[in-house]
Amino acid sequence: MMKSTFKLAGNLALTLALAAAGIGAANAADKVKVGLMLPYTGTYAALGTAITNGFKQFVDENGGKLGGREVEYFTVDDESNPAKATENAKKLVSRDKVDVLVGTVHSGVALAMAKVARDTKTLMIVPNAGANDLTGPLCSPYVFRSSFSAWQPSYAMGEALAKKGIKNVATVTWKYSFGEESVAGFKEAFEKGGGKLVKEMTLPFPNVEFQPFLTEIASAKPDAVFVFFAGAGAAKFVADYAAAGLKNSIPLYGPGFLTDGNLGAMGGAGEGLLTTLHYADGLTNAKDAAFRTKYAQTYKLQPDVYAVQGYDAAQMYEAGLKAAGGDPEKKEDVIKGMESAKIDSPRGAFTLSKAHNPVQDIYMRQVKGDQNVMLEVVSKSLEDPARGCKM
Amino acid sequence: MDFASFLIQTLNSLQYGLLLFLVASGLTLVFGIMGIINLAHGSFYMIGAYLAFVLTSATGSLVLAVVLGIPLALAFGAFLEWALFSHLYKRDHLEQVLLTYGLILIFEQLRSLLVGDDVHGVAIPAFLDASIQLTEVMSYPVYRLAISVVCIVLAVALYYVIQRTRLGMMIRAGNDDRGMVEALGININMIYRVVFALGVALAALAGMLAAPISSVFPNMGSHVLIISFVIVVIGGIGSVWGALVAALIVGFADTFGKVLVPELSGIVVYVVMAVVLLWRPEGILKKG
Repeated sequence: MMKSTFKLAGNLALTLALAAAGIGAANAADKVKVGLMLPYTGTYAALGTAITNGFKQFVDENGGKLGGREVEYFTVDDESNPAKATENAKKLVSRDKVDVLVGTVHSGVALAMAKVARDTKTLMIVPNAGANDLTGPLCSPYVFRSSFSAWQPSYAMGEALAKKGIKNVATVTWKYSFGEESVAGFKEAFEKGGGKLVKEMTLPFPNVEFQPFLTEIASAKPDAVFVFFAGAGAAKFVADYAAAGLKNSIPLYGPGFLTDGNLGAMGGAGEGLLTTLHYADGLTNAKDAAFRTKYAQTYKLQPDVYAVQGYDAAQMYEAGLKAAGGDPEKKEDVIKGMESAKIDSPRGAFTLSKAHNPVQDIYMRQVKGDQNVMLEVVSKSLEDPARGCKM
Repeated sequence: MDFASFLIQTLNSLQYGLLLFLVASGLTLVFGIMGIINLAHGSFYMIGAYLAFVLTSATGSLVLAVVLGIPLALAFGAFLEWALFSHLYKRDHLEQVLLTYGLILIFEQLRSLLVGDDVHGVAIPAFLDASIQLTEVMSYPVYRLAISVVCIVLAVALYYVIQRTRLGMMIRAGNDDRGMVEALGININMIYRVVFALGVALAALAGMLAAPISSVFPNMGSHVLIISFVIVVIGGIGSVWGALVAALIVGFADTFGKVLVPELSGIVVYVVMAVVLLWRPEGILKKG
């Protein structure tokens, strides 16, 4: 008797559970599932938050919908930890069954995610990680990028310096892929323009004892110095460079990460520095003005380049869904829609290359107070060469 | 490398080595004398740097921040010893590692909650904000030289306290035979509390002094932790002089490694450590 009661109760529970799951499935089919795999703790936490804010801002402006459907978010903190990347991405894809993976900041994590996206044929949009490989040798129909490749801003700087008539340049960077890709991009354009790298120096990441290199630079006396550093290390390099008295005699250049989000920490040492990036303060397009006002109102924060990249990731997906009639299951159509879209970004409109990387303008910016103010477009519609991409 | 560059690189090495000594000296005291493997030592460095940032913002002066910060760090160290570390002396190293690793996570999270994750700068005090012209293009910041002077003064003071004072005698005796010291009627617990507080204060002072030149950022403690352990091991665990010699060796190895063998600059310091340990497994200077 007892046993059969249990059995009955068990069956009932099972039926209810199945029914609940059925209802859930019906609802889910009406929603677009977005998997946000971004850093919400650790060094890059602020970047992950900015990307999320940007993405959600576009969805809000779009009436809370993407492709005409309600959006359901699945959020994972990737901790910028490549060791956990595959497992986290798989969880979003197979357990949560997301329609699109959005992530991430750290290139190592993004590369692992891209492998999962390729293997499971899941659409993925990279809202920051700049590793050339993502839209190079490892490119895939399913992987898009709303940000930049490491090559882009550095190549633009190489062109600009060669055009200025600068001949001899010394470079310093951390010895890791992003730094080396940046210097390689710079070198390619600079040597093509007739310049020469007189000294290429590297130090292990994240070592910040720069004094020996400053001494080497002072003794080599190049016309200019090109560096890739970011975050706290960049703030320290710029401050040390100025403290060593080099700033006045040998101009310092680099991709925009050198002076983005860390000007306060330099205490004025960065004033006047020229950097290149696909976004800047003081852009004159109406889209940017509206984006900034809305962002500041919603989040009580000033937007940055990361917020723009998050915003554009949402715009790109919207363009794809629109082309597929709002159905995320029609992957071919979504991909085609994204490939042919013209994205009206706060950075200025851009399209996507064959390898799915933005074809975008690169700005020369100058540090003025706490801003990186746009001076001019140095490279119009710059396209990453996507070396090694077979697609 | 011309002679002028060589001299400047030597100065760089000395200056870097002395700064490393300041961080490592607290670790060698706690590790060597108390036998505690303190992974949270880097966190005390981080806390010092953030104290410098917060107190300098509040008072407008780094000097005042250091004057206020040192007693705070001492009190914090004494509190931690009383609340946590005093329970660990009789436990094995694994439990010490677990506790101190946990402390790293707690301190970083608290730092994130209280001050946020941004990178900050700390202004150099006005009277030290100058530089000396070395070559036609390069000059040397006076503040870096001032730090070196502070480090030398501290090295001498530490040596004096440990070798020449009654307190130092008790500390050394406690290290050699805890039971005997207790039997002689000396309050060994109080001595350990003093040593631990001193270790925390030294790390925090290093963080405070380094803040203007290194900037203040999340996880900054982990950068100095490993190199500090390398110095303590090369120098001989528990030896203040050993830490000084080792810090200078590391300073030279790192600086000239970066310039002369850039391809290997990431491992030069560790190669030096391996060679020293093969030559003298207990470090250059044993306890003393």
